[in-house]
Amino acid sequence: MRQILLILMLALATPAVAVQPDEVLQDTALEERARELSKGLRCLVCRNESIDESNAPLARDLRILLRERLVAGDSDVEAIDFIVDRYGEYVLLQPTTSGANVLLWAAGPLMLLLALGIGYGYLRRRSLATPVTTEPLNAAEEARLKDILGE
Amino acid sequence: MIAEVGHFALILAFVVAIVQAIVPLIGAQKGWAGWMAVAGPAASAQFMLTAVSFSALTYAFVTSDFSLRLVVLNSHSLKPMLYKVSGVWGNHEGSMLLWVLILAGFGACAAWFGGDLPDRLRARVLAVQSAVAVAFFAFIIFTSNPFLRMAIPPFDGQDLNPLLQDPGLAFHPPFLYLGYVGLSMSFSFAVAALIEGRVDAAWARWVRPWTLAAWVFLTIGIALGSWWAYYELGWGGFWFWDPVENASFMPWLIAAALLHSAIVVEKREALKSWTILLAILAFGFSLIGTFIVRSGVLTSVHAFANDPERGVFILMILAVFMGGALTLFAARAGTMEAKGIFAPVSREGALVLNNILLAVSAFVVFFGTIWPLIAELFFDRKLSVGPPFFNMAFTPFMIALAIVLPFGSILPWKRGGLSKAARSLRAPLVLALAITALVWAMQTGRSALGPIGVGLGVWLLAGSVVDLMLRTGRSDVKSRLSRLRHLPRADWGKAVAHAGFGITCIGVAGMLAWEQEDIRIAQIGSQFDVGAVSVTLRDVIETQGPNYYTTMAEIDVARNGQEVGTLYPEKRVYPVAKMPTTEAAIHNGFLRDIYVVIGDEQVNGGYAVRTYIKPLANWIWLGAIIMSLGGCLSLTDRRMRIAIGARKSRAVPVAAE
Repeated sequence: MRQILLILMLALATPAVAVQPDEVLQDTALEERARELSKGLRCLVCRNESIDESNAPLARDLRILLRERLVAGDSDVEAIDFIVDRYGEYVLLQPTTSGANVLLWAAGPLMLLLALGIGYGYLRRRSLATPVTTEPLNAAEEARLKDILGE
Repeated sequence: MIAEVGHFALILAFVVAIVQAIVPLIGAQKGWAGWMAVAGPAASAQFMLTAVSFSALTYAFVTSDFSLRLVVLNSHSLKPMLYKVSGVWGNHEGSMLLWVLILAGFGACAAWFGGDLPDRLRARVLAVQSAVAVAFFAFIIFTSNPFLRMAIPPFDGQDLNPLLQDPGLAFHPPFLYLGYVGLSMSFSFAVAALIEGRVDAAWARWVRPWTLAAWVFLTIGIALGSWWAYYELGWGGFWFWDPVENASFMPWLIAAALLHSAIVVEKREALKSWTILLAILAFGFSLIGTFIVRSGVLTSVHAFANDPERGVFILMILAVFMGGALTLFAARAGTMEAKGIFAPVSREGALVLNNILLAVSAFVVFFGTIWPLIAELFFDRKLSVGPPFFNMAFTPFMIALAIVLPFGSILPWKRGGLSKAARSLRAPLVLALAITALVWAMQTGRSALGPIGVGLGVWLLAGSVVDLMLRTGRSDVKSRLSRLRHLPRADWGKAVAHAGFGITCIGVAGMLAWEQEDIRIAQIGSQFDVGAVSVTLRDVIETQGPNYYTTMAEIDVARNGQEVGTLYPEKRVYPVAKMPTTEAAIHNGFLRDIYVVIGDEQVNGGYAVRTYIKPLANWIWLGAIIMSLGGCLSLTDRRMRIAIGARKSRAVPVAAE
């Protein structure tokens, strides 16, 4: 039993979660930068996880690669560019503002302006409107009213 | 045999639903009372039959009937009973059966408790509700039949995904579905009103409890999911902006907007067509959510039942119902005139602003979620839209909402004064600013997010108190307190829900701004400090549970030399599903959680240990619970149950005099 257990454990052993102790850089400032940057990079083989959260071996490789670039003296932008050059735009969890992506970033503010405009127009119309005369009851409602009043 | 009964009942329910979708609709159009009367009994029958079908499947899971394909794929004889039951909806087919059960259940409730609805409207509502059910019955029967048998039954099953074997997640899907599907009621009411060509205060009063109930269920469902992610995924994240999470969040936002706009329809007979549109969109987003989850078009961590064929089917359902409803809306919206007259600065105006912020924020989430798809289809770019985008694009809306909320909640109807409202809110404002400054001064980091979030939360909390106090008039304390006690439940519900939002704000801000983390290799017996907490790894043992093996650590946590508690984080392996899971151990506190995770044994001895201090973590879910509590309070208000009074007066006409 003990043996089966051991075999199972070994066969299924995967890193617990994300950043392993042996990856952590000695320089705390550098490590903090690395953590911050890796939160914005996507693990390519996972489903919508950043490399900071992911257990996958590839995510680990990317974390180590990122730390190597930082140790080599890259700035944040250079390190990210280095990785984007190799793995494509897909790794960026925060999309760039280039090309069509402008649409994505502008969509919210534009929609808000439009909605505020429409909303303001509506409120203005409501404040200037003349009261509508209420419609008379239809026959069925008249009957129901009579019924309720007990006539 | 029982499985065949379930299968047969499901098909019968499908047939009943078809009848219920057609006959009452024609009856209502022609004014034939007999045809309209079909709706009620049909709704009951449809629900009973679906319940029989669902019970049959549950029975198969509970008795581990491995001649059913679904049971083989998702259960195991050694699984604890709770997870045998929750396994029924822990898979695609079973969860769709739960979905139609709830759909039929809501229809039946409308039939049972809708006695005060005009016959015509009730017939139409039930027919539309049933039309939605027809689509989903067809979906189950033709693409995802849960009752398929195995030609050669195996000895045992393949076990449920171990991540799903958890009490939090056992109840997450049912609540979420109650919310998603509850919005179908609002949709049915909206479409029925469009067919009728009439929306009035009474309509809003009927539709609001359903929306409120759906919103409460969604709130609980989302909170359960987020809580589960927090303790189960091993590093304490609570929201990932994953497409599937967004799929549940968008209907929640729209439902929140709908709740508020329906108030304006009820009280002031304005915003009618907008409210109808929201009711349609809320359910539309529910369907989009279903589509995202089931089709797998967007990459998500919630990978289950990805099947393009099923995706296409749901897309068709979405197209038919949204296309139909929106066409009807375009044709009829113009006939719905607003009646109320009000100034821009008024409760109505504030609710319009609330709706703008909620609806646009839902739009931002929607656009961000589908953008990878658009970019790939039209611009040939393969890209990701992740948490950094949503945090940046979505958060401002919530901040704006939190700022204006206390103002809006105390503005009078028709016409209000900003300066008067500001005078009433002087105390909350001063309190909020003082606490923001205090938190700013006390924090060790230089985060702006933390103090602002906490300040906004205090603003909302204190604003809710002022909102209640203003309702008690100006007399001595005693009579004000007694008036406070006798305020309508809806007023209490409103204040409580808004306070809950404030508490969640504080929790989110605290968690994001001041989390502390420590990752290290610890030898057994060694001690280390994380922030103000000292952690000792006492022991690590190997043991086993009912259907898993586990590596369990014993970790002592102390603070300022005082024992806080002993935590037992685990690393489990489920041999049947061949999956490891991390079971974090959490010491829950009012102001902070201590969260420890045990990792692998290292080559040179010792274990990887992660320790997190999560400030104010529980406030996030506490706030959600309080929000839903507020919703429930509102639901018990007698104005929501006005139906009961109406029925009584019809039964005893003399007494009504």
